[in-house]
Amino acid sequence: MSRPEEMSCKSLVELVTEYLEDALPPAERDRFERHLAGCDGCTAYLEQMRTTIRLTGALSEEQIPDEAREALLRVYRGWRQGR
Amino acid sequence: MDETRTRASEEDLRLVERLRSGDEAAFMSLVERYRPSMLRIARMYVPTPAVAEEVVQDAWLGVLRGLAGFEGRSSLRTWIFRILVNTAKSRGQREARSVPFSSLWAPGEAEDPSVDPGRFRPDDDPRWPGHWAAPPTRWDGVPEDRLLSAETLARIGEAIEALPPNQREVIRLRDVLGWSSAEVRNALDLSETNQRVLLHRARSKVRRALESYLAQEGTG
Repeated sequence: MSRPEEMSCKSLVELVTEYLEDALPPAERDRFERHLAGCDGCTAYLEQMRTTIRLTGALSEEQIPDEAREALLRVYRGWRQGR
Repeated sequence: MDETRTRASEEDLRLVERLRSGDEAAFMSLVERYRPSMLRIARMYVPTPAVAEEVVQDAWLGVLRGLAGFEGRSSLRTWIFRILVNTAKSRGQREARSVPFSSLWAPGEAEDPSVDPGRFRPDDDPRWPGHWAAPPTRWDGVPEDRLLSAETLARIGEAIEALPPNQREVIRLRDVLGWSSAEVRNALDLSETNQRVLLHRARSKVRRALESYLAQEGTG
């Protein structure tokens, strides 16, 4: 079943980001999608990567400490006065 | 070119107008948004956290001084991060940092594969070489409130924290803050390939961490 020109699961997982970034050459993209169409494991893997990206997007950046806020406010006020 | 896709938005231009007119709240909201990333990126170029803190302040001053000349050819944040990177580089040079800057964003040597090789059949398997032996399971059966629970997100945060700095900053800008690939490349002066390799390694590790966390939870 697995002819040499077919993509293996092991190589597909290394191409997922290129696939999602739309950076695969057309022929490579075809092989990727053909493999995906017949492989539940890789379909699940791609779905996990998409979920990972979505959940990472739900993180928030940390709050900034007050001293740093004050220091930057002084930078802004100093600039405003100096103009 | 990428530049055209990352031009300043209407919102950017309004914000610049408010900064020029001396609006403190506008300034502080920008600071709030970008300071954490700026600090971590600065830290890659200079030897200590205290110096990174100074670099960020100097960069903001550079931003303010450059406001009058901001023409909107790039987005506001791309422009801010370019100023940051330039400030950090020249400070890093003065501090005689030993690591060359060009290597900061190089992905480095080949890492372990994205997925544990033990989960695939061997390459000389007669029927299915390199195919899944232990395939991943779909997550669409996992309830949404568990995926988005504070604990799951904390695991993701820990996995990101554990990454090498260059992978960590790329995944933060791309996936936490939602920047486009073009913006990250422009802001950090990073090649398309390097960025993608860093992002791939970062995402693959976060996925692994999530997978082992969700599997644990499932059986427990």
